[in-house]
Amino acid sequence: MKYVDEFRDPQLIANVAREIARLAGAGRHYRIMEVCGGHTHAIYRHGLKNLLPPNVELIHGPGCPVCVLPMGRVDDGLAIAEQRDVIMAAFGDMMRVPGTRGTPLEHKARGVDIRMVYSPLDALRIAQATPEKHVVFFAIGFETTAPSTALTLARARALGVTNFSVFCNHVTIVPAIRAILDSPDMRLDAFVGPGHVSTVTGCRPYEFIARDYGKPVVISGFEPLDILESILMILRQLRAGEARVENQYRRIVPWEGNLPALRAIGEAFELRPYFEWRGLGFISQSALKVSSAFAAWDAEVQFEVPGVRVTDPKAAQCGEVLKGVLKPPQCKLFGKECNPEHPIGALMVSSEGACAAYYRYAYLSESVPA
Amino acid sequence: MCLAIPGQIVELSTEQAGLAKVDVAGVKRNVNISLLEDEGVASGDWVLIHVGFAMSKIEASQAKDQLRMLAALGEDEMAMDEIRGYSFAERE
Repeated sequence: MKYVDEFRDPQLIANVAREIARLAGAGRHYRIMEVCGGHTHAIYRHGLKNLLPPNVELIHGPGCPVCVLPMGRVDDGLAIAEQRDVIMAAFGDMMRVPGTRGTPLEHKARGVDIRMVYSPLDALRIAQATPEKHVVFFAIGFETTAPSTALTLARARALGVTNFSVFCNHVTIVPAIRAILDSPDMRLDAFVGPGHVSTVTGCRPYEFIARDYGKPVVISGFEPLDILESILMILRQLRAGEARVENQYRRIVPWEGNLPALRAIGEAFELRPYFEWRGLGFISQSALKVSSAFAAWDAEVQFEVPGVRVTDPKAAQCGEVLKGVLKPPQCKLFGKECNPEHPIGALMVSSEGACAAYYRYAYLSESVPA
Repeated sequence: MCLAIPGQIVELSTEQAGLAKVDVAGVKRNVNISLLEDEGVASGDWVLIHVGFAMSKIEASQAKDQLRMLAALGEDEMAMDEIRGYSFAERE
């Protein structure tokens, strides 16, 4: 295994892997979804699949913000960017996500003023420095990122910056998990819960998964040992016939979450009645919009938004991969028309996308499932 | 996307509330610390940083683990680019 020398304690890893194999036994097949794209990346990068017995299967979840953003929202954002005297600011991940007429980066090359920023506060700063233009921040991300956008909105209001607004695409992870649990083609036994999202949300929002669906959830860190330990904790619960929320990432994740962050989200955003997720379709109350108190900073109020709905490129099977129904190499375009240099689907764009992770680290060493 | 970058608080800003200078592997930038207002932050504390905001306080040993993990994931350069890229509280 290529990256095994980067493991902090190979012996400890081996012990946990052995215990996982012992508990998993034979006969029963375990399907465990890692919700977070950061975990997907770590699992491929470290070759963790090779440390698991064949009857413990990891399914990659929807926790990659650019991957679940439907193409229509990219088009909507770009339609705003193309309006007169607008500067669009976006995170680097967003710059390479294809819309119907190309990526934000390609629009930039055609002269549309789109700038990459590392913080929503940088977008606000551009607005302050460019009063003759209107700066729109293309906001994406789960609960980890939403508080930063919320506090940026609060700062824009406090400073009276009126040439700044947010095109809000923040989504929340729990309704997506519920949609997956309710989906007839998903048969999952347990979840590896997201790490950094949970620093904001805490562990309580996952309790319904154990209580109402009888599935264990273990919030996990990102080190190889963290992820393997979390899988072991899940198997222990499953073997004992239990379903609880456990926190393997206690060193970072407080059970109650980050209250100032949750307050900031509550002030700046409202739940949308529904929002479209790539691959998962419309999910009720699964996304945030800028709250009416901040309407003056809501790009969807300040600009005409076409509200485009477009289907994914026909041959691409992003939806099936996102739901874990197909593995990345089972998509007809994987590694051919769709690759990290020329991504067709967003799963190939971000390092947290299952396809990009698989392309980079796994497909040479793993047999393609039939 | 949910990159969490460890940094050490060097000083709290006297010019702007909720702002502090952090040191990330020798690079110093200002970040927003409003999300840690309940816990309080002091010079010398270690924090995890995400898109310009300190998200959580951590132990010094965890900060080293986190840096090592970013390197193992091949995301350490991306993290340093991000820290260098924060321009919202820097003088022109």
